[in-house]
Amino acid sequence: MSSPDEHVHEHDHDHDHDHDRTCQPDIEDSPYSHYQVMAQALGEVLIDKGIITADELREQIEVQDSRSPAEGAKLIARAWTDPEFKAQFMADVNAAAESMGVPAGDIPIRAVENTAEVHNVIVCTLCSCYPRGLLGVPPDWYKSRAYRSRTVREPRAILAEFGTELPDDFEVRVHDSTADLRYIVLPMRPDGTDGMDEASLEALVSRDCMIGVSLPRRPKA
Amino acid sequence: MSEQFTIGDRVRVRRAYPPGHVRAPYFTRGKTGVVTAIAGHYRNPEDLAYGRYDGEILPLYRVRFEQADLWAEYQGGPKDSTIVDVYENWLEPEKGGGR
Repeated sequence: MSSPDEHVHEHDHDHDHDHDRTCQPDIEDSPYSHYQVMAQALGEVLIDKGIITADELREQIEVQDSRSPAEGAKLIARAWTDPEFKAQFMADVNAAAESMGVPAGDIPIRAVENTAEVHNVIVCTLCSCYPRGLLGVPPDWYKSRAYRSRTVREPRAILAEFGTELPDDFEVRVHDSTADLRYIVLPMRPDGTDGMDEASLEALVSRDCMIGVSLPRRPKA
Repeated sequence: MSEQFTIGDRVRVRRAYPPGHVRAPYFTRGKTGVVTAIAGHYRNPEDLAYGRYDGEILPLYRVRFEQADLWAEYQGGPKDSTIVDVYENWLEPEKGGGR
């Protein structure tokens, strides 16, 4: 190891050292978008007027950030193993989630079931409605104009780009959640999982297969 | 609360292009589909968007459109469909549909 005094360099010193200053910019150094400014201002006004407290705002953000696709995966694995639960899940996802101690929120969520003939995929063409209580914060691509416009126009092309190719005689059913309901896909339980327990099944349920752009992971042989 | 349409009815999304906050997706306007479910009753989001919290409460329907009816050049499978949630104020009976 060389000490600074020794200053052993293989390269010459004529070039300037700009590369030493490249680093990840602090958040404040990125340009603020119009909507970031508006959201920040709205939060400050609501707090100033005493309508919400700073702690309530913080807590809500914390709750939102704490949700993850693991919550949804628990419900899917239970639906795969317990027919009674599956019936409840198909009728009322929020109540089924509540019965497992998973808070799915107040916005009604409906499950759509994949079968040997039907493959479901979820999109919100108007904005980015998403079952956040069960899947967490949506991925950026879900909010992109490309996903939102192309999923209704050429769903099979979108699925293929996610690596999901389906036979022509399948019905691809796109669900546009533009209103007061949210949707989650109940994928088909993969073959070769007969002896697996719920925890092992959960590990096969990815976020993307609950959006419907993908299929559950295959069990390791 | 009564609904104008029931499951199985053929309905058409109004071909209208009003300004402002509109919740019927553009690609469905003027298109015909079939009601697959009544999804509940909700305040008109086109009122809520402007702070009118006491506006009318509307039935919300799930309407299934054949992809081939939405997109003339559709290349996917013949059974492919899109189901869209549409509020009653955007729907009119298609010939032989409605009550």
